Amino acid sequence: MRFETRGLVITYPGQSRPALNGVNMSAPSGSFYAVLGPNGSGKSTLMKGLLGVANPDRGTALVAERNVGDWDRKALARVIGAVSQSETVSFPITVREMVAMGRYPHLRPLEGEGEKDRAAIREALEVCDVTSLANRDLSTLSGGELQRVRIARALAQEPRALVLDEPTSSLDIKHEMEILELLKQSVASGLTVILITHGLDLAARFADRMLLLSEGQVAAEGTPDEVMNEETLAEVYGWPVIVEWEPTTGSPRVTPLHS
Amino acid sequence: MSKTKLGFLLVVVLMVTALLGVLFGSVPILISEIWDALTGDGQEVHRDIVLNFRLPRVLLAAFVGGGLGVAGATFQALLRNPLAEPYILGISGGASFGAVSVLSLGVAAAGSWTLPLAAFAGALLAIFLVFRVATSTGRVMDVRILLLSGVVIAAFFSACIAFILSISPAQTVQSAVLWSMGSLAGADWDRVVIAGAYTMPAAVMLIVLARPLNLMAIGEETAYYLGTNVEGVKRISLVVAALITAASVSVAGVIGFVGLVVPHTVRILVGSDHRGLLPLSFLGGAAFLIAADFIARLVLSPIEIPIGVITAFIGVPFFLVLLRQSSPNG
Repeated sequence: MRFETRGLVITYPGQSRPALNGVNMSAPSGSFYAVLGPNGSGKSTLMKGLLGVANPDRGTALVAERNVGDWDRKALARVIGAVSQSETVSFPITVREMVAMGRYPHLRPLEGEGEKDRAAIREALEVCDVTSLANRDLSTLSGGELQRVRIARALAQEPRALVLDEPTSSLDIKHEMEILELLKQSVASGLTVILITHGLDLAARFADRMLLLSEGQVAAEGTPDEVMNEETLAEVYGWPVIVEWEPTTGSPRVTPLHS
Repeated sequence: MSKTKLGFLLVVVLMVTALLGVLFGSVPILISEIWDALTGDGQEVHRDIVLNFRLPRVLLAAFVGGGLGVAGATFQALLRNPLAEPYILGISGGASFGAVSVLSLGVAAAGSWTLPLAAFAGALLAIFLVFRVATSTGRVMDVRILLLSGVVIAAFFSACIAFILSISPAQTVQSAVLWSMGSLAGADWDRVVIAGAYTMPAAVMLIVLARPLNLMAIGEETAYYLGTNVEGVKRISLVVAALITAASVSVAGVIGFVGLVVPHTVRILVGSDHRGLLPLSFLGGAAFLIAADFIARLVLSPIEIPIGVITAFIGVPFFLVLLRQSSPNG
């Protein structure tokens, strides 16, 4: 499923400066698309724009060639599984209950879970390797387990695309790699994945295309080799860097220098 | 515990407490006399006690307690705040203001309807003001602003109440204090019908919204991504829960702890799925308040203790024990 924005401008209420200022991007169907940029560059706002949460002042966000605002909310939730940056769950709730919420867009009001729903939930738990946690309370999970559960909920939606906002930001190497491998596997099975992240090196290694945002505008867009450019990165992040090719993985690696 | 099992258990508890509520009081009644009263036999006095005092009182307790249980669970989910209770949006402040105004004018004696009407009007005024403030900042309703405006509006009303009471005679002050602690002593069939006609459809409406409420309890952004009409669900359920609270305050005064203790107890026992939580909170709240009222009437009979005192005396230790048991390192 293809995502596209044309001249997208989004200003939050009460703010004078737009959070996104004329962004053109296009994530081809079935691609692993990474969105990067410094803090406050508009990454999360782009996600909100693409999913129709934040209304654009100007420009359009298209999901499968159709204006996102024209989508019925439930219909959109049947094709896009989105995982926001964080959730605070203040009540007791089990892993299975959490993942089962992914079936909401497929159910009519008051309709109970059918065999198809149970199968989707089982499958999502399995793919994310959280089946053994199904009856655990969310409050007892580690950070990595919780993120896998949230991705499992998105997969239980049986979507054609996943959009994730920094799902690995607080995780250690193993858990981060597990989630990236999981996303790569999802792309291999035909999903489009849009990943918002701060991890330049891993994004360059996993993504097909990268979008680099700076102050609400596009600083670079293209393949990892095109975007991982020393001058561009140094300017966008305001810090001198060098880019080398990592011999083991064959992908570009950024090393920040001393100022 | 499974939801069905708890549901069954609560229905049994509800029936038993209802029966005890009719049997015991300053004049004891026998089970056979209840039957006689319902079929029109037996002594006139007993029939009068059962049909015109005990039965309406038990039913009113059930509607008020059930309503507060459901309203509490709903507010906790929507505000994502485990400490939210039905009165959190300044509803008790508004209702008390209405009640105290009438009491200070000394017109309460004019008719049994003046006080509940004034309390209801006050509660509606508070709800209107709180929602007005919360929606004035933009198109979407921000629950944090809602919570804050509830606190501010409640503070404003308590200042008004303090002012009225400071210039009122001691008699008014005492009635106001008693009213504010809640009582079901004014129960009659009119109030039962009003409370029931009000609470039942509202509770059913919230139960129908159980699944969207599950998503809202996780977070509005996530609820939105899962296809929920976030603003619609939020507005409808907040207003419905607020109106349940307003109705209960107007017929029974401010009865604390039911809306807090009952939903949390149910959550600890069967989890937070609102499809179970809301109906079970209704049953639990109903049984709890019937029992509390029964105790309030009986302990110092013929003097009645304010029911709010009993709900706190039972609710607080019970809740503390449950919390202790449910904490992982308890």
